[in-house]
Parts: sequence; C-alpha cells; structure tokens
Amino acid sequence: MQTTLAHLKRGERGIIIDVSSYHIPLKLLEMGCLPGNNVELVQVAPFADPMYLNINGTHLAIRKETAIHIQIEITNE
Amino acid sequence: MSKQINVALIGNPNTGKTSVFNALTGLNQKVGNYPGITVEKKEGLCKLHRGVKAHIIDLPGTYSLNASSLDENVVIELLLNKNDKDFPDVAVVVSDVENLKRNLLLFTQIKDLEIPVILAINMSDRMQRKGISLDIDYLEQHLETKIALISTRKNKGIQDLKQLISNYKELSIKPCLNASEIDIAYFNNLRKAFPNQLLYKLWLVITQDVNFGKTDRKTIDAVNNFKTKKPGDLKRLQQKETIKRYQFINNVLKKGQTIDLKNATDLRIKLDRILTHKVWGYAIFGIILLTIFQAIYDWSSVPMDFIDSSFASLSEWVKSVLPEGAFTNLLAEGIIAGIGGVVIFIPQIAFLFLFIAILEESGYMSRVVFLMDRVMRRFGLSGKSVVPLISGTACAIPAIMATRNIENWKERLITILVTPFTTCSARLPVYLIIIALVIPEGRFFGLSYQALTLMLLYLLGFLMAVFSAYLLNRILKIKSKSFFVVEMPSYKVPLFKNVALTVIEKTKTFVFEAGRIILAISIVLWVLASYGPGEQFNNAETIVRTEHTSLTEEALEDKIAAHKLEHSYIGIVGKAIEPAIKPLGYDWKIGIGVVTSFAAREVFVGTLATIYSVGSAGEDEDTIKSKMAAEVHSNGKKVFTLASGISLLLFYAFAMQCMSTLAIVKRETNSWKWPMIQLASMTVIAYVAALIAFQFIK
Repeated sequence: MQTTLAHLKRGERGIIIDVSSYHIPLKLLEMGCLPGNNVELVQVAPFADPMYLNINGTHLAIRKETAIHIQIEITNE
Repeated sequence: MSKQINVALIGNPNTGKTSVFNALTGLNQKVGNYPGITVEKKEGLCKLHRGVKAHIIDLPGTYSLNASSLDENVVIELLLNKNDKDFPDVAVVVSDVENLKRNLLLFTQIKDLEIPVILAINMSDRMQRKGISLDIDYLEQHLETKIALISTRKNKGIQDLKQLISNYKELSIKPCLNASEIDIAYFNNLRKAFPNQLLYKLWLVITQDVNFGKTDRKTIDAVNNFKTKKPGDLKRLQQKETIKRYQFINNVLKKGQTIDLKNATDLRIKLDRILTHKVWGYAIFGIILLTIFQAIYDWSSVPMDFIDSSFASLSEWVKSVLPEGAFTNLLAEGIIAGIGGVVIFIPQIAFLFLFIAILEESGYMSRVVFLMDRVMRRFGLSGKSVVPLISGTACAIPAIMATRNIENWKERLITILVTPFTTCSARLPVYLIIIALVIPEGRFFGLSYQALTLMLLYLLGFLMAVFSAYLLNRILKIKSKSFFVVEMPSYKVPLFKNVALTVIEKTKTFVFEAGRIILAISIVLWVLASYGPGEQFNNAETIVRTEHTSLTEEALEDKIAAHKLEHSYIGIVGKAIEPAIKPLGYDWKIGIGVVTSFAAREVFVGTLATIYSVGSAGEDEDTIKSKMAAEVHSNGKKVFTLASGISLLLFYAFAMQCMSTLAIVKRETNSWKWPMIQLASMTVIAYVAALIAFQFIK
C-alpha cells in the first residue's frame, strides 16, 4: 500500500518511494532518506510528532510536517 | 624551522571528531571565534614525526558541503578559499564505523575539490559488537585515499593517523566519481564558460549561499554564454547528485564492508524503549532535571561559601597589610570584591556544563530534544531550547551560550531573548529578603504564604519566558528555513577527557569574557559610591559627629557611612531618579539599589545593607531586615509595605538587571541591537508591572 511516511505506525516498516517534493530538506536526503531505502518508525513523541525513524541504519527524528511529503510503500502487514 | 602542515578535521556530527581533535592536540588547543560570526573556531598544534608540526583545525560538524547553517558555511568557505591562511594541505574526514555509508557522502564531495583527503574511521572498537568488518585495501583503492582505523576511546590508531598526515603528499587527489554526469549538457556549458576553474567548485558556488570572495554567484550569472538554472531545478539536480553519490558509495561498500547482524547486539533499542517512552521518558527527564537543580543549588553551595569567605578574608588581609588610602580601598573593595563576584559563579557553571557535557556525549540530549520539540514549537521555540531554559535557572550566561546548537536562527534568537526571564540564582537573595519583609506569615493548605510566593515567582519567570517567546514568534519576521532533522546517535559512555575539556573550556570562557565586564562595573560602582562632590560628602564625618553627639562610636560610624553614600555620586544619581521610581513605591535609597544592581541583581541586598547603615561589621540578614522594616518615608509612612514589596518583586522578576548577560547576548548575536532591545523591553515590562502592582495594591 502506497502512502506517506506520516501514516506509518510505530514498529511498522516501509520502503521509500519518492522524495522529490520541494518541502523535503536536502539534509534529509544526505542522511540517507532516499528512494529504495528501508524505513522503520522506531518511536513517536506524544501527538505522533516528531517521528523517530530508522532509515537503513541511520537513526533520526523529523517533524510530521516533513514526513507527509515522503512517499513510501508499507511492507509489513 | 620546517613548515607547518595545515590539517582540517571534517566530519558528520556525532562521529567523535572532537575526540580525535583532543587526541591529536591534547591541551595544546585554543578556542576562538571566526571573524565576524559567533561560530566557535577550534584549533591546535600536534607534533608529528621528526620535528614536523601540524596545525589542526576542528571544523564544525556537517553532513555535506550543502550548507544549511552558519556553522556549516564555515566549512565550505574554508575549503573553497585557497588563499585562506588555514586552507588545508590535507583534510581528515572523520567517520564513525557504524555510519560509514552516510559519512562517505561528505568524503566524496571533498574529494571532488581535489584536496588530499585521509579517511579516519573512528570507534573501531565497536566493530565486533556491531558485526562489522571492513576490507581496508579495497576501500583505499576505490575511494582513492588512505584509511586510518582508529579508536579514540581505546587510544588506538592515532599514531597511524599522524603518520598519514606527515606523508600527505603521497595522497591521490583524484575524485572518486564523476558527479557532473547528473546533467552532462549543463556541466559542459559550465566548463566552457569557466575553463580555468574546478568544475565542482563552480557547482558549489552556484548552489550555496555563502561568501566566496572573487568568484561568486553573481559573476557566474553575469557571463552571457552561460545560463544558470532556477532554484527549483538546482535543487532537483542536488537531489540527483546526492542519489548518484550514494549509488557509488553503495557499490563500494557492497564489497568493502560486511555487516553480520547476527553478531550485533543493540543496546539502543532497549534504552530507547524507556528513555523516549510517552510516560517514562518524561519521568526520567524530570528526575534528571531535579538532580541538576540539586547539584546547582545544593552541592555547589559548599565551594561557593568557601570562595565567598576566602575573598572576604583576602580583602580584609589586603586592608590590614597595605597602608590605608584610596588605592588600598579600590584594591580591597573594588577589585578583589569584583573578582570574587565572578569567581563565585564558577562552581555553578562548572556543574552545569558537567551535566550538559555528559548528557550530550552520551547521546541522551537528542532524546530530550525529540521529547520536547512538539511542546516547545507552540511557542516559537525548538526542542533544542529546553537546555538553555533549564540552565537559565542557574545563570543566564551559560544558558545563552548553550543555545549554540539550535540551527534555526529564529528559534535560537528567540531562545536567547527570553532566557533571562527564567529565575536565575542571583534573584534569589533579593526575593528572599523582600518576601520575608512584606509577605505575612500564615499557611494556605499547609504551605506557607512565603514559600508559595517564591514558587509563584519561579513560575512567573518561566511563564513570562514562554509567553514572550510566543509574542516574539509572531513579531519577528526572520526568514530562516525551518526544518528539523535531529540525528539520534547511539548511546555511548562519555569520555572523561572530552567532558573535562568542555567543562574547563566553558568555565574559562565565562571567567574571562563575562568576568572582565563584571570586574569593570564593580570598579566603577565602587568609585561612584566612594567619592562625591561638595561639602556634604567631604566633611561627612564632622557633620554627622556634630549632629549626633549621643551615639556610640559604632553607630556613629554607620551613620557616617550612610551620610557619605547619600552624598556620593551614586547617591546623587539615586536622588535624581527618585521621581521616576516614586510611582513604583520606591524611595531614593531603593533607587540606588536598583541602579547598583544593574551590574548584578544580588548587589541589591548588599547595597541596601550599606545604605541602611547596618554597618560594615556583619551582613546579618535579620539586622538588615529589621532596619528595612523600620524604614519610613519623610511623612512617617512605612517604606516597605505589601504594595511596594510586590512592586519590587515584580520589578526584579522582569528587569534585565544583569550587565554580564547583556555582554554575552552581544557576543552571541554579534550586535548591540539585540541586547539593547532586550534591555529596553524588559525594563519597560518590569516598570509597568511594578507600577500597576503598586498603584493597584496601595
């Protein structure tokens, strides 16, 4: 199922499909948030924001406002 | 003398780059600022082999050469400017073994600039635990570099790195991939327009918004036969470039690195499950905060009392040894007391930075930022503003220095501007004495009114900080790309050497930077309070002795001191500002306290003690209190009533009564504009709040 990263639930995994939106900072791409990479939602803060992600072994937190621009394919369940 | 080798340490944040720097230079380092900006510049000397020395500069951590903050600009500005005296002969890219892939992105970019590069892979002691093995020969060959496998924790590989630095001339300067393939036509055009320039350098000049001296974006735009692209297209190309670099890196690592997850044991998952938990995460953070408060208030009181009494006796000793006179008084009461006023803050500041350094080194601070970001964002702050706001309850000075890791300038500026509202330890002596004077004894649900008032004042300070952050967020029109990406590093046991160096360095900065100003102000205040124009000041002794013949010698001396103060320069100032402070319920004596405590709030109590002629023998608070309680206006009404007391409390809660904070704000924002705005608005808020309170309660 294709959706955005913001819809990923805790513990779920997905594959990044598209990051070409203008709202995604280049820095995020540089840290490994690239098409084809695996992403897992490790933990969320209250109100599901920010989101603590594991992208191919790089652990980072981003705000939900950024996550809605990242297209992913959910792979488990 | 042989030539020094210029070495630049470059790397991602959290790779242990600073540990490598500390390992190479030891105590042989100094921290300054880059000219014109407040980014820290760390440099040091390292002895290599056969008398060759290396000048090492520790550049701010960055994920790539695409800069998004002031700190990161520093890195590209240096790497693109061959004429800079710090331009590196060799760059050492520090990478951590767990995140090699991500670290190599920056590495390949620097290779494209044709600077000799050494790859230092740090934290190699973790390889086994993480199931990682590396084929060093293969990596060296395909990355066109030399690799030093090091562990600063186990002190391994540093000698190899030094050896590689001394032989830097043997390094290849061949780029490891051809980035211009992302848009062949465009880059061919670029090459034709600027045949003498390095292609990748031009590309950086086009895409980055930084200062490069001669060749800047405008000159490239001005060449007719070359067309630049629209920002949207440029960004798409940068994305393509990043993807291309990662393809190359993935290919190299496929053969050069194997990760056996079976061998990996991960502490991170277990710890994060608790430390970032919706309930436990906040509870643990709360406990850590309480411990820090406890340390700052309680544990540091012992060394602080010791420092206080040492300086007091030093001052007495100087007075007893040196001949009486103006110079001795200046030395004993002005300079020594002034230095004491600086040194007394060292324990609190050292404790604060000790905790902050441990929290940062261990990786826990990123978790706090993660937990608090959502809450803080509502007020125009960032998750990263939490640290300064906590530190502010000890002292605003280190708190403002701690805002440096907030990348977003607007969020950082707001944090700097509101931090002085939090109740710092210097307000405490003022609060305590006024509360004791005007708040009645009595209990409300078992809590004393006085304790409640103190608690309310702490709360008031914090609420005011948050509220003004909210307002500033609306008012300030600063365009700064607002994004939030925080790396969540793996947990590590802090290295003692790193923590110790941080504490020493920060404390030193405080003592020398803020200390100079506190010292200068105390000398000026001393002079103004010890000298006065005219008959009344110079003949104070005779005047008082003839007026009060029946008093004991001790009481007489107090009277004389008070009379002198009234007619000293500072006393004249107090009288002059009396009309302005009368509506707040203060007389000229309180006015002097307000003026002198401009340097530092706690001076207020000491000043009043002198003014109310409690005497020089001792500053017993009960005596000051009873004298203050007995103080009446000329019409017989009490000076310290509930109305004037509350008015004073509110004034001290909001006013920017701290010269050293202003100096630090100037240093951190690099202009007098912000501290002046801060001073003006906080004084107005304080004045209005005090005015309303007094007129309302009166």
